[in-house]
Amino acid sequence: MSELLGVPSQVLFGQLLLGLINGSFYAVLSLGLAIIFGLLNIINFAHGAQYMMGAFVAWMLLQYAGVGYWWALLAAPVVVGITGVVIERLLLARLRNADHLYGLLLTFGLALIIQGIFRNEYGVSGLPYGIPPELAGGRNLGFMFLPNYRAWVVLASLTLCLATWFVIERTRLGAYLRAATENPTLVQAFGINVPLLVTLTYGFGVALAAFAGVLAAPIYSVNPNMGADMIIVVFAVVVIGGMGSILGSIVTGFALGIVEGLTKVFYPEASSTVIFVIMILVLLVKPAGLFGRAA
Amino acid sequence: MGIRTWLLATTFAIGAMGAAEAQVAVKLGVLNDRSGVYADLSGEGSVVAAQLAVEDFKAKEKGIDVSIISADHQNKPDIGSNIARQWYDRDGVDVILDVPTSSVALAVSQITREKNKILINSGAGATDLTGKQCSPNTIHWTYDTYALGYGTGTALVKRGGDTWFFLTADYAFGHALERDTAEVVKKAGGKVLGQVRHPFPGSDFSSFLLQAQASQAKVIGLANAGGDTINAIKQASEFGIVAGGQTLAGLLVFLSDVHALGLEAAQGLVLTEAFYWDQNDGTRAWSERFAARHGGSKPTMVHAGVYAGTLHYLKAVEALKSKDTKAVLEWMRANPSEDPLFGKGEIRVDGRHVHDMYLFEVKKPSESKGPWDYYNQLSVIPAAEAFRPLDAGGCELVKKS
Amino acid sequence: MSAHDVAVPAAVEGDGARPSGRTYGVLLAVLVGVILVAPYFLYPVFLMKVLCFALFASALNLLLGYGGLLSFGHAAFFGFASYISAHAAKVWGLPPELAILSGTAAATVLGAVFGALAIRRQGIYFAMITLALAQLIYFVSLQSEFTGGEDGIQSVPRGVLFGVLPLTDDRTLYYVVATIFLAGFLLIFRIIHSPFGQVLRAIRDNEPRAISLGYRTVQYKLATFVISAGIAGLAGATKALVFQLASLTDVHWSMSGEVVLMTLVGGMGTIFGPAVGAIVVVSMQNYLATLGAWVPIVQGIVFVVCVLLFREGIIGVLSRWTKRPL
Repeated sequence: MSELLGVPSQVLFGQLLLGLINGSFYAVLSLGLAIIFGLLNIINFAHGAQYMMGAFVAWMLLQYAGVGYWWALLAAPVVVGITGVVIERLLLARLRNADHLYGLLLTFGLALIIQGIFRNEYGVSGLPYGIPPELAGGRNLGFMFLPNYRAWVVLASLTLCLATWFVIERTRLGAYLRAATENPTLVQAFGINVPLLVTLTYGFGVALAAFAGVLAAPIYSVNPNMGADMIIVVFAVVVIGGMGSILGSIVTGFALGIVEGLTKVFYPEASSTVIFVIMILVLLVKPAGLFGRAA
Repeated sequence: MGIRTWLLATTFAIGAMGAAEAQVAVKLGVLNDRSGVYADLSGEGSVVAAQLAVEDFKAKEKGIDVSIISADHQNKPDIGSNIARQWYDRDGVDVILDVPTSSVALAVSQITREKNKILINSGAGATDLTGKQCSPNTIHWTYDTYALGYGTGTALVKRGGDTWFFLTADYAFGHALERDTAEVVKKAGGKVLGQVRHPFPGSDFSSFLLQAQASQAKVIGLANAGGDTINAIKQASEFGIVAGGQTLAGLLVFLSDVHALGLEAAQGLVLTEAFYWDQNDGTRAWSERFAARHGGSKPTMVHAGVYAGTLHYLKAVEALKSKDTKAVLEWMRANPSEDPLFGKGEIRVDGRHVHDMYLFEVKKPSESKGPWDYYNQLSVIPAAEAFRPLDAGGCELVKKS
Repeated sequence: MSAHDVAVPAAVEGDGARPSGRTYGVLLAVLVGVILVAPYFLYPVFLMKVLCFALFASALNLLLGYGGLLSFGHAAFFGFASYISAHAAKVWGLPPELAILSGTAAATVLGAVFGALAIRRQGIYFAMITLALAQLIYFVSLQSEFTGGEDGIQSVPRGVLFGVLPLTDDRTLYYVVATIFLAGFLLIFRIIHSPFGQVLRAIRDNEPRAISLGYRTVQYKLATFVISAGIAGLAGATKALVFQLASLTDVHWSMSGEVVLMTLVGGMGTIFGPAVGAIVVVSMQNYLATLGAWVPIVQGIVFVVCVLLFREGIIGVLSRWTKRPL
């Protein structure tokens, strides 16, 4: 058995793969944040709460309507996305001319409300949500036992991230979006409904978070606090990546998942802090982030 | 001040003249987690348990006027100690009940001592409550981490689980749980192959479980609590750890956790508890009444401990016809306790209530007859050996006597 | 509109409205009077909590309201100072005055380090970086030995002030805490009305213009950050002695959110606003405690309402009505 730095390479491969799985969640979440930030210029603090809502909606669909995992994967992001559209129209739209910091404060308040309501309704012990039977079990890769469901998580989030990237960078709709990011007034002058575009973008970003939530439901317990701690790590991911590019946020998400996975092997005690330490280093060297444009 | 003493004196005089028995008014405060991770195992259920104790004792008929208040400490020591201070200073609370979460329990224990009141703890697991930080005013009723670690550790080694790997939450509580259990395992002739510390609170345990799996230990000890334990068990079943022949040992798992996990994920888990609703006719009858008042949920051992502790306290007040803190505490320590849930027990000088503990295994889904039918009893751990020996805790009260 | 300014009540910036010495004099006298008599009507421990948070919010306001920088990680200074102060009093056996001083000093140093890192970015990035750095402190507090992890540092002795005044009595301690609060509050008041404060506001309103006038804006902002961190530390260090406890609650990010809420409710960029906000929020927590899990929901609603309808805060609105900066 070959070894690297005293760790059997088999264990190392296993951990790399697991890191990639965690990275999938970071990538999908930071992608959603980046898209929302690009057009609305606000940091969506409620993103973690919306990720949690995704998981809860999937659980409710199963519990109250008997709708299984695969339909939930489609329906939950739509449902949560619609709540996002409502939030944008009713609340965020009123802040269009205010300082961006107010957007952060407003969504922070929303996060408190949403999490509080779910905590009141369902407690915090967590609710069970089973792995879909099609993806139960796993296969032995020689160096580790890989549950099928985890493989699916990586596959699904990679596909989703790349599809989103393609839409934004390579289609006409994406072109409008990018143009509106640069100069909304001019795009409006060309007859494109920018407020609608903004609303739908927020709804889409939120739907991405909900999608990640449904993916997470069978692995982590469905719990009102599941997004609260996640979101701060994702903020650090976003600071590291710089939010300059869509691709940047995806790459940073996956990469940091892997870094975190490696830390769990070499120095597990630091695995919760490593991302923040990397953030400090990046700030010292490249204040605008790895993929960011200078402010 | 003068007026109040006078009033009190007259009330007593009138009471003594008017009725055969003196009226004593006591106020109980149930301080626990009503919104967080421990809300299901303590929470409102503990208030129900205290109410049942007051009713079963027929306190009113015996001339004891009991009122119960409750509050949520949100598992934060600052909030808990703040409420305790206000209860003692302003609201005239005599006894605080339950208090899960070690950090809050230790803080409330100190305030209780300072204000010379009584804490009957059921929900917390800290051995320090009856060890280094023991107090004459604190009684620790239901369980502690030593009892859980001892029960689970010894029993599993005896049943052939002689190599262990620990999955430990990386903070003081997790470390203590791991240390205590590891000692027990070694004493019983087992071997600890290794441990991994995971961040607290954690959500993804796959990486640590993989290391546990690679260690090939027969038993994986989960030295964590609440949501961490639930997630770890859930993910262990995903990675086929129990199916692969390793046993999971929950060092701090409650009936409510098993309920949240579902039998599919929790089956085969071995754990120690002080009480299970389906043990005998007495526990079944009481649990039935409890469930009727508490949305159908069966009681946990923490609820049972609140009930039994309240009952024992009321007996003391009845015998003494007074709620004088010192006298009540002396009576409670001097007289053995007996109730339908814990059977016979006694309170040691360090405040530890000792009684039998039980080792359970979580049933397979096919064995379970319905909701809340979760445990098979494996063995009884007699009271004499279930808890940490009196002289091993470093409690100053023990040295004096 | 540049990315790093915060809307501030118009009246405060009102063209002719000079800070009037008499208004402030009267208000300060009222404040001192209220502080002196309050413990005869209300529970002293509750009042001390209010005072600690009022000082904490005022410190944040110096940075947010006058420097235009939103720190979402101020709990790190508050909580870290309370750990150091508790440790100093309990383990090193220092008297209370030195314990509080060491906590404050530690927060100031931490503020210098965080400030140097965070000041490189502005606006929303600044908020996110301070939040992430504070989370780092949270994890360190959770894991390191001296903080006691989950238990925190408990039964911290209140000690004997200057070797003569025992602080075990709540009422005595109250007046000490009130003195600390007033000292910190007056310090902030002085800073805001000094030439330094004028420059700070100029930077907040238009940084390029301030730069073109020859001010080294980064140094001004950094200095403000450090002062704000230090005063937040003073508040935290004092709180540790009041409650005889330093715990994780004080370093958690929800604490950072709470103090921003206090400042927002009371009025950003007003002198008395944060203190009023602290009274509102702490009382709300205290009297709504029976509602349990509803407290965060109510807080969230207050957040949303303030941002949408009430951006000036209570004192901001009063200030507009009376046409006086308050």
